Order: sequence, then C-alpha cells, then structure tokens
Amino acid sequence: MSSHAAAVTHQHQFDDAAQQYEASALGMWVFLVTEIMFFGGVFTAYVAYRSAYPEAFGHASNHLDLTWGGINTVVLIGSSLTMALAVHASQIGKRGTLVTCLLLTMLLGSVFLGIKAIEYADKFHHGLVPGPAFHYQGADAHQAELFFSLYFAMTGLHALHMIIGLGGLAVLVRQASRGRFSPAYHTPVELFGLYWHFVDIIWIFLFPLLYLVERHT
Amino acid sequence: METVAPRRDYLNADYGVRSWLLTVDHKRIGLLYLGSITLFFFLGGLFALLIRLELLTPGPDLVSADTYNKLFTMHGLVMIFFFLVPSIPSVLGNFLIPMMIGARDLAFPRINLLSWYVFIVGALFTLFAMVTGGVDTGWTFYTPFSTMASNTNVIPTALGVFITGFSSILTGLNFIVTIHRMRAPGLTWFRLPLFVWAHYATSIIMILGTPVLAITILLVGLERAFHLGIFDPALGGDPLLFQHLFWFYSHPAVYIMILPSMGVISELITCFSRKRIFGYGFVAASSLAIALLGFLVWAHHMFVTGMSVYAALIFSFLSFAVAIPSAVKVFNWTATLYKGSVSFEAPMLYALGFIGLFTIGGLTGLFLATTGVDIHVTDTYFVVAHFHYIMVGGAIMGYLGGLHFWWPKISGRMYPETLAKVAALILFIGFNLTFFPQFVLGYLGMPRRYHVYPPEFQVLNVMSTAGASILGVGYLLPMLYMLWSLRYGALAGANPWRATGLEWTTPSPPPTENFPQTPVVTQEAYDYEEFPLQEVPVV
Amino acid sequence: MSSAAAEGHVSEHVVSLKIYITIFVTLLVLTGVTVLVATIDLGRLNVIVALTIAVTKAVLVLLYFMHLRYSPRLTWLVTGAAFAWLAILIGLTIADPLTRSLLVH
Repeated sequence: MSSHAAAVTHQHQFDDAAQQYEASALGMWVFLVTEIMFFGGVFTAYVAYRSAYPEAFGHASNHLDLTWGGINTVVLIGSSLTMALAVHASQIGKRGTLVTCLLLTMLLGSVFLGIKAIEYADKFHHGLVPGPAFHYQGADAHQAELFFSLYFAMTGLHALHMIIGLGGLAVLVRQASRGRFSPAYHTPVELFGLYWHFVDIIWIFLFPLLYLVERHT
Repeated sequence: METVAPRRDYLNADYGVRSWLLTVDHKRIGLLYLGSITLFFFLGGLFALLIRLELLTPGPDLVSADTYNKLFTMHGLVMIFFFLVPSIPSVLGNFLIPMMIGARDLAFPRINLLSWYVFIVGALFTLFAMVTGGVDTGWTFYTPFSTMASNTNVIPTALGVFITGFSSILTGLNFIVTIHRMRAPGLTWFRLPLFVWAHYATSIIMILGTPVLAITILLVGLERAFHLGIFDPALGGDPLLFQHLFWFYSHPAVYIMILPSMGVISELITCFSRKRIFGYGFVAASSLAIALLGFLVWAHHMFVTGMSVYAALIFSFLSFAVAIPSAVKVFNWTATLYKGSVSFEAPMLYALGFIGLFTIGGLTGLFLATTGVDIHVTDTYFVVAHFHYIMVGGAIMGYLGGLHFWWPKISGRMYPETLAKVAALILFIGFNLTFFPQFVLGYLGMPRRYHVYPPEFQVLNVMSTAGASILGVGYLLPMLYMLWSLRYGALAGANPWRATGLEWTTPSPPPTENFPQTPVVTQEAYDYEEFPLQEVPVV
Repeated sequence: MSSAAAEGHVSEHVVSLKIYITIFVTLLVLTGVTVLVATIDLGRLNVIVALTIAVTKAVLVLLYFMHLRYSPRLTWLVTGAAFAWLAILIGLTIADPLTRSLLVH
C-alpha cells in the first residue's frame, strides 16, 4: 500500500472507504462495550465484598505496594499519551514519529507488565496467593483471601489484555514501518488506540480500588 | 425436468469443502450454522428422550441419580447455548439481514466466519466434556457445588460455554454495525422489516449481556482450578453473588432466544394475512423495550434463595412490566390478522401456533413473577412447562416457520406443502401433550431435576413422555423432507409467497452479491395493499 | 449510508498536541491528588473522592485520547449505554445484599 493519499480501496461489502471507516469505528466501540461489561462482572463482585468487609479489605489492601502501583499508573497514563501521539502522527502522515510512538507505547506497556511481575512474585513469596499456600496474619484472613482472589482476578485479566495489546502493537509497528498507513488510511492505528486507552481506563479504576483502601493508618 | 442452464448463485458459485469452510458469504455461513445447530438440536433431543424415558416410571429404573443430573444438565446446555441462542440469528439472521437491507454482505464478513469457528470450538470443548464423563451441575452452574463439590467435568464445559459466548458477541456486533451503517438508500429505520428490528434488539442484548456470563463462568473456572475463592462461603463469599452475575446474562438470554422468533412471526403474519402490520411503531419499539426491561428482572430466578425481600419485590414488579411489550406484540399480530386475507400455509400454521403457545407461556410467567405463587411452584415442573412453552412452543415454532418461509429463497426449492402442514400439526399435538401435563405436575408439587417422583404423578408423566415421542417425530419430518426437497422439490421462483421485502426481489437462490445494483427503497414495509396476491405454488 | 468522499479521506478531527499534553499532565496531577487524599482519613468520603477522581480521569481519556468529544452522536449513545448497563449490573446486584437484613422480624 502506498503512503500517499491516493484513492483508498475498500472491502467489497462497503460502498466506499468512508462507510468502511465508520463501520469499523462503530464496531470497535461496540466491542469496547462488551469489554466494559466483561470487567463489570468482576467489579460487581468487588463492590459487593468491599461493602460487606470494609476493614478486612483495608488491611489486605495495605499489603499491596503503593509505590509500584503508583509508578505503574504513571507508566500506563504515559503509554496512553504515546499511543495518542502515534494516532496523531498517523493522521498527519509522519511515519517515523508513528513508529517511534508505537514503540514507546510498547516499551511502557512492557514496563508495566514487568512491574506487575515483580508485584506478583512478591505476593508469592509472602504467601498472599489464594489457595492452599495462602497464609495471612490477622483475624480477617478469610476475607483477605477474598480480597486477593479479586486482586489476582482483576489485575490478571487486565494484564492479559495488556499482553494482547502488546501483540497488537507489534503488528502495527511492522505495518507502519512498511508504510501501510497514511492520512487517508490509518484506521487500524486509531482503532487499536481505542483499545489501548480502554485498558488504561480499567487500570484507572483498579488502582484506587485495590491500592488505596484505608491508606491513612 | 428443467433444461435451463444453471444460473450462477451463491450455492454453485464455487465448489469444494474449502469454498465452504473459508467462505465469507453471509448466506453460506448461515448454512454452516444451519448444519451445526441441527446436529446439536438432535443431540439435545437425545438427552431429552433419555430424561423422558427415565420419567416413565416413578422409580430410578433407567439411570442413576448422578447420570440423571448429567442428562438434564447437558440437555439444557446443548439446547440453550448450542441451539436456541444461535438458531434464528446465526441461520436466518445471517442469511437475510444483508438482503433485507439491500446490502451485499454484513459489515464484517470475516468476523462472521470467525463467529462460526468460535462456535464450533466452544461446542467441541463442551462435547469433549460430555463424552469424557459429563457435567452434573445443571446448566446453571450454581456455586459452591460447581466450584467445590462437583467432581464432574465442570472446567472444560465452562470453557466451552465461555468460548461459544464470543460467537454470540461477534454476531451481535456484526448485526448492530450492519444495521446502523449499511442500509440501502431510502431505507430509513421505520421502513425496516420488523425481523431486522427484532435482530437489532437481540444484538443489543448479546452485546451487553454475554460478556457478564463470560466473566462469571471464567471466575467459576478460576475458582475451581486455582482456588481463587470468589464464591467460597468459607471465605465469606456469597453464592448469591454468583447467581446474580449468572442471571444477569441468563435472563436476557431468554429474550435473545425469543425476540428473533417474534421478528419472524411479524413477517409471517403480514404475508399470510396480505396486510401490513398493525402498529408498526409499537411492534418495533416493543422489541427495544423487551431488550431494555429484560435486563432488569433477573433476580426473579432467585426469589427463594434468601435474597432480600425488598429487592425481590422490585424484581417482581419489573417482571410484570416486561410482559407488557410482549403483550403489545401479541395484540398487534392479532389485530393484523383481523380482516386480513388469511391463508394457512405451513409457515402460517407455525406462526399461529406461536401466538397461542407463547401467550400461554408468557402468562404463566406472570404466575412465576408473583413472589407468593413462586414460592409454591418454583423449582417444580410448573417452571419447566413455562419455559418450554416459550422456548419450544414459541421460539422453535418461530424458527421452523421462518425456515419454511425462507426455504425457497435459501434453496431455490419448495418443500412439500401438505407434508409440512401434517408435520406442523404433529408438532403442535406432540408439544402440548408433552408440556401441558407438566403445568399440572408442577402445581401438584413435582420438583424438577429429580429422577424419581411419587407414584401418583405417573399418569401425567407417561402422557408427557408419549407427547415427547410424537414431538420427536414432528421434528424429524421437516429435516427429512427439506433434505428431500433439495433434489426433488419444485423449483421456487424469486417470490413464491408474493411477499414484500427486498430479499424476495432477488432470484432463488440469490447470487453471491445479492443485488447487482444497490436497491433504492421508497416504500414502507409490508406494503401488501399495493402487492396483490397471485397464484401461490402449492405442492 | 455512504458518503460522497471520492478519495476515501475521512474528515476527522486532528486533536492538537497541546491538548494531548495538557490532558496527560492533568491525569498525572489527578493521580497524585488521589494518592495524597488516600493518606488522609476522610472516613466514608475517601472512597467517594477516589472514585470521583477516577471517573474524571476516565472521562478525560474518553473525551480526548479516544476522541469521543469529536465522535458522532451514535458513539456517545453506545458509550453511555455501556456505563448505564454497568450501573444496572452493579446497582441492582448489590441492592440485594445491602437490603437483606433491613428489617428485623
């Protein structure tokens, strides 16, 4: 595909490229709706149990490393910026900037996952993984195990989405460096950006809900 | 026999297994689904047959309690997830929606094909679970039994259902984008066939509800496999939380299963009354209302669980409310029939059967929505009869009616009309004989999901089993004569029913691209006054 | 619904770099605020403040990074529906455990 704004082809079921773009964009937003409802289920469980066991959740939350969590939040917001900049570059046809921003997004996403790995390893070492190996000091050990079940389920699902996102970014980097995108056609970059920002939004909620419970003691 | 050279259509456009397995033509994908769900229907029916055979006698004669638990679990899972949910949308919806809106295909043809593969993969997981021991949790997977106590193949089954759910999501996504963005010029929302409105509403439910089932079933799997004890009562977990999350999808799921059928009925009633639908706007709006209200009633499945009585009252009230849009449809269909030029071809027999049986099923739902009555009949055969009246007497009749109606378009052949009428009658009789006694049984107190019962219930159970065998014959007949018609059926023209709708303006079977040129729509839907009936071919 | 665009170039809003940077900085500031407020004991207000900040951050990402501000109304409807349904899911579900023991017999 050339990168200058020639007539853009479209798939046979569409009448023109504009219809294809509108359909694809709507499709991505509808997909994100399903993701919101998907995470919504586990958020519901969180709300139910936190209202039932507020102190236990507070104690358990304090076992999470606020520094790592905070750094990860900054890292992910940064990756959202670089992703937005990538979309911007694709809109104005700056291939070099586009590739750079996509790579930066990948880098920041990897940093996030690296920190998550450190945190998970730490939980393993301290016996905070639910199941037979769980040991926790405190009268509310049972509810704490509930908290950690939610912690691993929610951050685990989020991390899975990030890993898939990294895969998507790799594909985009490859396509972008081959000149696939142009101001006339950069739909995949834009739509992937929507996905990436959505994953960021999930973390924007996960961070306070998991890390910032009763941090004032 | 005809000696005209075969015209190029979607069936003969390309040959070979690859051309089918790698197709992106929505019509071929519809047929891929047709083959798959028919297989699953008969598998689910086999489980039903075994259940009914066991229930011929009060004692545990045929199977053990554990096996019986597996039978009703697998009957439910197969019928719901691998037959009813995909049936009309993935077969008729896929085939017809692009044609009804004047498009060449759905918005995302490759995602359409993907949805079929995802469906098959999910089905294979579930089948694997079944042949390697089965599952006994009930299709409802209630915790903590499913997470902690059951020693059957919960995880592969849960995985299978999880995967298949994505097939539903992809289909719904495709339909929503297609209907919004690919309507032909002049085809405004209020000129759409009600079949399309019904599928639009269904797709909304698929998008908003299925992901919640996905996460719930995933959590069950995670708890079972990795001890992530989210529903574990010992940790302070709440089994009712599972039920809330489960029914948040599974109640709207019943509207996924019935709305498309209602869309079919609107097409059949208008065509075979030669009359436009009464109250088009109301019928269209009622589909959306059902989709919306259907999400607000789920805890009526939980009235006796110990849930909050105040929440129960709210859900009870909302469950009454959700009956209203359904009633609007029934009234409008009836009003359409009034002073119409009614004829009784097989599709119409199915449509009329639907109206009667769905009404009974729906009314009995109101009994169940009444908390006081529900305490008496919940978890009895009253509930079983209620939902089978809707799902079998309603949804499946609508499916068969639609299949018959559009068969000439799909295959280019007419099915044998007299035999079809006979089959419809057999189905109607068999159905009522199977399920009406179950209302009585439930009211008298026979619990569901038990393989034994007090001897005084035997007569009604025998009637039900007798009905089931008649029902089985009724289902076999259409499959056989439709297959027969592929070779020996009369050639159908473009529009054997003289029906309105863009799909009838194409040849039968249609060409791959549906329309050589995109049509321009200037008429309202169901413009039967301008479309006089001529000869309808009868076999 | 096909457009008359002959060359396939879709008219879309190009958000300025300045806006992106501003939003980014705002998000960082809000992150700092939420961490800071969490260390102060506000009782039941803690969670409300935290969620309000989170919602604000999410809205900023939606409007500007995801271009919702410049998107067709249908996109707004779709997004709104998602959050409405999320509210139904969470709200109606916890209505049960929250009111289970409301009245003592």
